Amino acid sequence: MVEWTDSERAIINSIFSNLDYEEISRKSLCRCLIVYPWTQRYFGGFGNLYNAETILCNPLIAAHGTKILHGLDRALKNMDDIKNTYAELSLLHSDKLHVDPDNFRLLADCLTVVIAAKMGPAFTVDTQVAWQKFLSVVVFALGRQYH
Amino acid sequence: MNDDCNDGDDDADDDDDDDDDDDDDNCSLEGNYLNVNMSLSSKQKATVKDFFSKMSTRSDDIGAEALSRLVAVYPQTKSYFSHWKDASPGSAPVRKHGITIMGGVYDAVGKIDDLKGGLLSLSELHAFMLRVDPVNFKLLAHCMLVCMSMIFPEEFTPQVHVAVDKFLAQLALALAEKYR
Repeated sequence: MVEWTDSERAIINSIFSNLDYEEISRKSLCRCLIVYPWTQRYFGGFGNLYNAETILCNPLIAAHGTKILHGLDRALKNMDDIKNTYAELSLLHSDKLHVDPDNFRLLADCLTVVIAAKMGPAFTVDTQVAWQKFLSVVVFALGRQYH
Repeated sequence: MNDDCNDGDDDADDDDDDDDDDDDDNCSLEGNYLNVNMSLSSKQKATVKDFFSKMSTRSDDIGAEALSRLVAVYPQTKSYFSHWKDASPGSAPVRKHGITIMGGVYDAVGKIDDLKGGLLSLSELHAFMLRVDPVNFKLLAHCMLVCMSMIFPEEFTPQVHVAVDKFLAQLALALAEKYR
């Protein structure tokens, strides 16, 4: 089981309580599709992904980004059992969506960059440590049921 | 609607750029993408030079912060600094070395047209003396990108991000050239 200090819990909760889900999720998913274009393979039915501008203006991508980010709420509410919280979602990504789990790490990295931009100096070293620890636990849990 | 949708200026440039990418593509599929040679287009090289120029007033801060974050977020990287009295994030030796590394990155920007040739001696240093596991180049690159994003949130657009990420990956490849 992952151990969280009070400070880490406070940092993670603070980030989420100040989060503009629509803005951050759209920017993160778009950034992932632009910086790692091979991730576009999972978005064949999402309309125009021709270049960075069309991706950034694509409402289907924006909506999906919000869905993904709200998925992180589950981990936030169950920080002491993220592994089991995501068992079903892990199976979904493996068996139905067929997403290479390395993509979870790529999206997590983009989310970190976007949040760093939003928070600026408030994204301190301790904040980054706690945030990336949280994301790495989520990423691990999402990849865990692959078989 | 969001701000990014009205970037009319970039539209034409990106369309032109697709042809450049076809010429520069050099894909040898060797497993993880760190080993895939994703060359920079001429537009991306210009993007990198332009962003690094904008960044130059804060390059020391970014270098120092990036290395501090590397040892904090990925504590296993401290194994390379066991000879320092204090390898904790924000310590004097860590900040100083971060600045040195950033200096090397800036030097590489000047050699962007031939990283392998230009970084030959640095590659030998990393291969035979420092022997840093190349996986760590990727970790440090990530920390650099985070710092760039924090300090230049408006300028570090997705388009700049992909160009800088590609450049840092090419730099890492050039540094690892002499490893084996």
